[in-house]
Amino acid sequence: MFGAQVTALSPPSVDYTAILPVLIVLGAAAVGVLLEAFVPRNLRWSVQVTVSLVALAGAGIALGAYVPGAPAQGVTTMVDTLAIDAPALFLWGTLLALAFAALLFIAERTVEPGGAFVSQAALRGAAGGGGSVTTGVPGTAGGRAGAAPADGTRGMQTEVFPLTLFALGGMMTFVAANDLLTMFIALEVLSLPLYLMCGLARRRRLLSQESAVKYFLLGAFASAFFLYGVALLYGYAGSVRLGDIATAAAGSDRSDTLLFAGFGLLVVGLLFKGSVGPFHAWTPDVYQGAPTSVTGFMAACTKVAAFGAMLRVLYVGFEGTSWEWRGVLWAVAIVSMAVGAVLGLTQRDVKRMIAYSSIAHAGFLVIGVMTLSDSGLAATMFYLLAYGFTTLAAFAVVSLVRDADGEATDLSSWAGLAKRSPLIAGVFTFLLFALAGIPLTSGFVGKFVVFSAALGEGLAPLVVLALVFSAVAAFFYLRVVVVMYLTEPAAGGASVTVPGAFTTITIAAGTIVTLLLGIYPGFALEWAGAGGFAF
Amino acid sequence: MTPEYYLLLSALLFSIGAVGVLVRRNAIVVFMCIELMLNSVNLSLVTFARIEGTLDGQVMAFFVMVVAAAEVVVGLAIIMSIFRTRRSASIDDTNLLKY
Repeated sequence: MFGAQVTALSPPSVDYTAILPVLIVLGAAAVGVLLEAFVPRNLRWSVQVTVSLVALAGAGIALGAYVPGAPAQGVTTMVDTLAIDAPALFLWGTLLALAFAALLFIAERTVEPGGAFVSQAALRGAAGGGGSVTTGVPGTAGGRAGAAPADGTRGMQTEVFPLTLFALGGMMTFVAANDLLTMFIALEVLSLPLYLMCGLARRRRLLSQESAVKYFLLGAFASAFFLYGVALLYGYAGSVRLGDIATAAAGSDRSDTLLFAGFGLLVVGLLFKGSVGPFHAWTPDVYQGAPTSVTGFMAACTKVAAFGAMLRVLYVGFEGTSWEWRGVLWAVAIVSMAVGAVLGLTQRDVKRMIAYSSIAHAGFLVIGVMTLSDSGLAATMFYLLAYGFTTLAAFAVVSLVRDADGEATDLSSWAGLAKRSPLIAGVFTFLLFALAGIPLTSGFVGKFVVFSAALGEGLAPLVVLALVFSAVAAFFYLRVVVVMYLTEPAAGGASVTVPGAFTTITIAAGTIVTLLLGIYPGFALEWAGAGGFAF
Repeated sequence: MTPEYYLLLSALLFSIGAVGVLVRRNAIVVFMCIELMLNSVNLSLVTFARIEGTLDGQVMAFFVMVVAAAEVVVGLAIIMSIFRTRRSASIDDTNLLKY
């Protein structure tokens, strides 16, 4: 029966210029794995950092070269599995910029001797005292330099750089995926490296490994739900392409059970990745346990990727059935904002507090996603850009506040920090204001555009609730400010380490973007609103 | 042949896997339950491919197998590293991070 049908297979046409940024990132990740195998250990750090940063810059240039000539309505390529349209290009730019800043933060190794991923924590004295790369680190130049072998123990393990690039490549594919199978593969490509990166810390190893196990088991659980949703939608529409699902849902003599069961399971997977509402259980533990630089990368970039994909799925695949599912997302948004704001109040750990803040922000973002309008799309993407830079810079500041045991994330040791380090305390205050949404910061503009888009679509009750929860959340941001400025420094409290050049750039970039988008948001909003989805 | 039975079997296997993830205490067994969920999805995909008369579902099942294999690599590496440090693979023991 098959013999008669054999025809020559024609290779699919690939628009290489459109997908060049993704190819560069994934190619550099593969090269990074080879470098890990063949480059001598003492050179690896510099080679890996150079390759990663050059790749990101190259991908950014390729993107910049493509954008001006890109067709306004976008293109689909690789047999319609990838849609490179205005939202995808905006999110690619956001992801590349965030990943560049996060990679600098990850590569930092002067704040902590040898960096967070030092090969052996037990030899930190050797790493601090023996190496020219780590001179000038206070309090760590122990007398063990002679006791430890000088080669092979200094410097950090560099697997983290290819892993970061793989995760980034997955995220970029995730936001451009035009069918659900591609989206599932991209979801795994972005998740698997992140699970590993969470467990890479050598100091506080138990916390780090615990966070990796929790993230992995819950993440794999959620992606199984996502996949079952894909299967049911395939059974519903006979295709996993988002456009075909929308068409099938429009002329409906098919089983609604398959459609809505599939949709529900699919969205659970996406909401989990975005750390939204009732699916947030992993977020505080993983944010606290993972190395702070990885947390920064994860908090900023994963959120962009998850919400980018959620926007595409809802706008392209399920716009026609929105009256059926909007109520569910109402509940999700309210739960997410309530959990984030209320539980955030009780936190004593700064990293955990920012994690709960990210859950509250995810609730605001769901409101933006639910609008299903052009202004809502632009507003949500602007919010992602603004939130990503603010939260990344906040985690970079957290990594600087240290005591004898390493990072001092407990709020009590931050008492009176402003007296010891006015600059860092001022920067952190500004970033907290941005997270709270005070005017002149990007957080205010982001909230403003999202809420006004939601008002335009008749989501007024939700906006009122969102404002209430913003006020509740502002309380715990301000509590940190009060602790830093108005309390006396405790004996043996934390002090601020002088950051190396890399972390300085990350903090400066995050702060400047936060300020710039707060004062002059026009250009970013314009680019975010450049066009809709192609499918 | 009624394909619906295969869909029901697949839903049953998926549920068994999901319940297993929630009630079992050993990280390896939890992970096996997740694998069971992924493979039950494969059964659904192949059944739908049969109903639709297209090959897409079968191709997707292959993709899922590849992803599941990659997930095993990463998952066992993480579980083994925590087992080395703690001498235990019970997820009740991983309780340092809370509240």
